[in-house]
Amino acid sequence: MTYDLKLRIWRGDAKGGALQDFTVPVDDGEVVLDAVHHVQALRAGDLSVRWNCKAGKCGSCSAEINGRPRLMCMSRLSDFPKDEPITITPMRTFPVIKDLVTDVSFNYVKAAEVLAFTPTAEQPKAPFRMAQVDVERSQEFRKCIECFLCQDVCHVVRDHEENKQAYAGPRFFLRYAELDMHPNDALDRKKLAQEERGLGLCNITKCCTEVCPEHIKITDNAIIPMKERVVDVKYDPIRFLRRKPKAKV
Amino acid sequence: MVAPVVPTPAPAPKPEIKANPRAAIAAKTLRNDRWWVSPAISFAVLSAFVIYATWAAFDNGNYYVKPYISPFYSPCLAHICGAAHHGNTGVPPHLSIFGAWWAISPAIIILIFPLGFRMTCYYYRRAYYRAFWMSPPACAVAEPHKSYSGETRFPLIMQNIHRYFFFAGLVFNVLLTYDAVVAFVEPRAASYGGGYVGLGSFVLLINAVLLWMYSASCHSCRHIVGGRLKHFSKHPIRFKMWGVVSKLNTRHMQLAWTSLIFVALTDVYVRLAASGALGHGRWI
Repeated sequence: MTYDLKLRIWRGDAKGGALQDFTVPVDDGEVVLDAVHHVQALRAGDLSVRWNCKAGKCGSCSAEINGRPRLMCMSRLSDFPKDEPITITPMRTFPVIKDLVTDVSFNYVKAAEVLAFTPTAEQPKAPFRMAQVDVERSQEFRKCIECFLCQDVCHVVRDHEENKQAYAGPRFFLRYAELDMHPNDALDRKKLAQEERGLGLCNITKCCTEVCPEHIKITDNAIIPMKERVVDVKYDPIRFLRRKPKAKV
Repeated sequence: MVAPVVPTPAPAPKPEIKANPRAAIAAKTLRNDRWWVSPAISFAVLSAFVIYATWAAFDNGNYYVKPYISPFYSPCLAHICGAAHHGNTGVPPHLSIFGAWWAISPAIIILIFPLGFRMTCYYYRRAYYRAFWMSPPACAVAEPHKSYSGETRFPLIMQNIHRYFFFAGLVFNVLLTYDAVVAFVEPRAASYGGGYVGLGSFVLLINAVLLWMYSASCHSCRHIVGGRLKHFSKHPIRFKMWGVVSKLNTRHMQLAWTSLIFVALTDVYVRLAASGALGHGRWI
C-alpha cells in the first residue's frame, strides 16, 4: 500500500546547513534508503547520498535516522510510525562533504596505523594450518563491513574531536584483538593498543556493539579481551613478578 | 608451541587528522525514543542499593539469627560480633582478628571487596558511566563534559585491578556458600522453634548460587580461564571452560542485577527474622 511519508533530511555542506522537510510517496516494504531515493527522484535531484549494495553488506549508506546511527538500506519503513516524520542526518563524528555524505578518511588513517600480520621467521610460510576453533575466534571480527557506525557512535571521538589523533576507535580495536589472538602473529600488540592507539580511552559503554549491523560483539569479544590482555602486561603485579627476565641478545 | 614474540616496531609518526567542519546540527541528540529510561532505571536501582547497603552496613545489628547470617556481615572478623548483645538470636560465628578496639560495624571491614568487585565490573562500569557520569547518557546522546580522558588516568585507571577483586569475590563466594550449608545443617535457635531447614536456608542458598554465577560470568574470569590464550586448539580443556564462561558471560548484565538485588533481599530477610518481625515460627 502506498502512503505519503514525511522526511526531514539534513542538507548542506561544510559551510552550514539545516533540516529540510520533504513528503514523498512510499510503499510498504520499502526501506529508508528507498525513501531517500524517492526524494532524489521527485523533490531534490541534487540531494547527495552515498550508497552501493542496498543489502547491508557494503557499509556505504551509514547515516543517523531519528538520531540513531544506522544503515539506511537496513532500516525498514515499517519500523517507524507512518504519521511521524523520519529525520535523517549525516554521521556526526565525521566532517560533512554534502548533505548525507561524510568524509570518513579518519578511518583510513587509523587503518593504515595497524601493523600488518607478522609471522616469525621460524614459522612455516603461509598458508598456515589452523584448527577450526582458532579460525572461528577471529571470524566474527571479519564480518565487519566497515560502515563505521561504531566509530560514529563512539562518544570518545563523537563528543571530543581532540581525541581523534590518539584514538583508533572500536572498528580498529577489533583488528588489534583479531591479530593479537591469531596463533601465528608474533607481534605483541597489547602495549601498542594501550599506549599508542588509545584503548584506555574506551570506557566500554557498549554503544559500538549496539549499532553494529553485523551484530559483532565488539565490546565483549574484542575490546574487553584486549583490555584484559593489557592488564596482563601492564597492570598485573603478580604476572610482572613471575615474568622471566629477558635473555641477553 | 607458542609463537615467539618479535619486537614490535616503533610506531610510525601519526599523520595529523584535520578537524574539518561537521554537519551543523545544534541539537544534542535527535533521538525521539525514550533513551533516558534505561539510565534512569540504573540510576534509581543503584542509588537505592547504595543507600540501603550503607545503612545496613553501619546499622551493626540484626544481622544474625541462628543459623542465618547476613551476607553484608559474613565473614565477621571483629571481636564485637561475639561481644555484642544479640538477644535470643544466638552469637554469630566470628574470628576476632579485629580486637575489642574495633568499635564500629564489622561489615565495614569486609565490604570493600564485594563493593570493589562490582565497582570495577565491566558491566557496572557501563551502567554507572551512563547513569551517573553521563559519559555518555545514552548512545548518540551528547555528553556534557568538555574534556575526556577515559580510563587512562587516576582514579579510573584503577579499574584495571578488576581481576583482583574477582579473586577476592571468589573467597567471599566460598564463605557465603559455607553459610548456606550451615543454614541447612545447623539447628535454629530454640526460641525460633528449633528444626533445621527453613525459608532462610533457601534464601542463603539462592544468594550463594547467584553470586557464583555472577562471578563465573565475569569478563576477567573469561579471560583467566581461556581468553588470554592464542591457541585454543592446544588447550582443549581451557577452551571448553572458556566456552562455558562465555555462555554465562552473555548473561552478565542480568546476573549482575539479579545477584545485586538478591543480596540486598537476603540481608532484608535476615534482618526481619533477627528483629522478630517475621515472628518465631519453624518456617523462618
